[in-house]
Amino acid sequence: MVISCASVLAILGFLAYFALPIFAGGHLGEIFSWEWRPFQGQCGILPMAVGSFLLAVTAMGLAYPLGLGICGFAHGLGPRWLRRPLLGLIHFLTSIPTVIYGFVSVIFLVPLVRGIFPESTGYSWLTAALTLSLMVLPTIVLLIQAQLQQVDGRVRLASAALGFSPAQTFLWVLGPQASRGLWAAAVLGFSRALGDTIIALMVAGNAPQVPHSLLDSIRTLTAHIALVVATDSTSQAYQSIFASGLILFMVTTAINLTLRRLQSGTRPAASHD
Amino acid sequence: MIKRLTSLAQACSWLAVVTTLGLVLLLLGFLGLRGFDALNPALFFGKTPAWAAITARLPVWHGIWPACVGTVTLVLLASLLAIPLGLASGIYLASYAPGPWKRWFALAVELLAAIPSIVMGLFGFALILFLKKTLAPQANTCLLLSAGCLALLVLPYLILMTQTTLEALPSELRLTGLSLGFTPWQNLVHILLPAGGRGILSGVILAVGRAAEDTAVILLTGVVANAGLPSGILGKYEALPFHIFYLAAEARSDAELAQGFGAALVLLLLTAALFLGAYYLQNTLAKAWKQKDLLI
Repeated sequence: MVISCASVLAILGFLAYFALPIFAGGHLGEIFSWEWRPFQGQCGILPMAVGSFLLAVTAMGLAYPLGLGICGFAHGLGPRWLRRPLLGLIHFLTSIPTVIYGFVSVIFLVPLVRGIFPESTGYSWLTAALTLSLMVLPTIVLLIQAQLQQVDGRVRLASAALGFSPAQTFLWVLGPQASRGLWAAAVLGFSRALGDTIIALMVAGNAPQVPHSLLDSIRTLTAHIALVVATDSTSQAYQSIFASGLILFMVTTAINLTLRRLQSGTRPAASHD
Repeated sequence: MIKRLTSLAQACSWLAVVTTLGLVLLLLGFLGLRGFDALNPALFFGKTPAWAAITARLPVWHGIWPACVGTVTLVLLASLLAIPLGLASGIYLASYAPGPWKRWFALAVELLAAIPSIVMGLFGFALILFLKKTLAPQANTCLLLSAGCLALLVLPYLILMTQTTLEALPSELRLTGLSLGFTPWQNLVHILLPAGGRGILSGVILAVGRAAEDTAVILLTGVVANAGLPSGILGKYEALPFHIFYLAAEARSDAELAQGFGAALVLLLLTAALFLGAYYLQNTLAKAWKQKDLLI
């Protein structure tokens, strides 16, 4: 227990310790700038931060509606007997290794994208977003499912007694009741998508630039860390990866703390019903 | 109007399910078809005779055997570090922790679970840089470091699974032992742990699967493309997920690509088997307690 607390603190401490020279040494402007040319001393990570954000948002934009559809299917929009096999399958999908999504995408999707859009290399924002959305889909379904489950027990009998069909219950009772939870699921899913490294590294192309179209190459903070460690460059480049790590750590932590706050705000009200 | 909206929503949900199923079938089918052809002894051992390779008398070139051994060693080492800690913490949280502490500990576990795996790898990498500067100039990324970081990565899953399993046991069970004069410790060892064992075990299996598939952590902490069998816990090593990652970028021939498919299929079969095992255990646990509920 103590170890688990200590390791969270240790991770934060280490990252801060290595990122500190940036903040103390007045290189702040250089790290938070738009140019990545490590051999000319320009180590800006802002393009990567934008890349991370854009990729996570687009992947969520694709995966969330699908996830919501699947959850609706399981909660009344689809036939009841399909519910268990469907959710079982979704559970199973969470066990597929990320690197396999990446591998199949490199072999299958990248040439496909290149074939459809000959001006692109295939390693692009679009390819990464499609792959990543399939990868986070099962997680999102389970997150939404957990939120719906909490409300479902409370309202199902009541709405059935009022003459709602299962499909109507989902659309006009369950969905609106769980709307806050649905937001929470979306934000958590976003933080999962933000943390992915391997798919971005394998299929996004990794050019350190702000993309102008879906077909442009894109580099995320996570992939940036992996690339710089692999290619052993200048000490300032190293500082940029600790800054990247710190950003990722702080964003995911902030998201979790905020959601915890929100949910503990709703919990007492929920326990009255 | 309402009827129309309802059927529109139903159509959309069918569409979502069918799209997802189609994509998943495409993914698995593609992998299965291409990988199945590659599944043979040569995939694992290359041109080395199988028995000589297994007993490590001859090195294996052009095979995934060293990567398999690397992954298994890595996972075993990580489990060795994470399982005792995870179970102890979970039990503490479920049975012993006083209220306010419990809240803080639970928060710490939640935050640890939310850390992206690459940040965990970066932590290990920073640790080595730190050691190089201070205590041990010759320190380098290695198998032990990767196992340590992977252990940190799966620790929150273990803690949460143990805690929720124990807390989900019927409260009669908890009270019966205590009312018969068991000490809390006896109650835990003789009643609660045997009753929740399957749930905890399935948590362990899921954590093992998570450790086996992670690529980002080992990428920063010592995995390499060509190391042969792991030489020791302070040496470099190969691992299956990294091997697949490497082949996706560097495969130069059809044979190497086929090896990539073979390796991907092997890894998928491994994680799928672990998942199904855990799923089975959880189902039997749920069934066991449902029947007990009827009896009471």
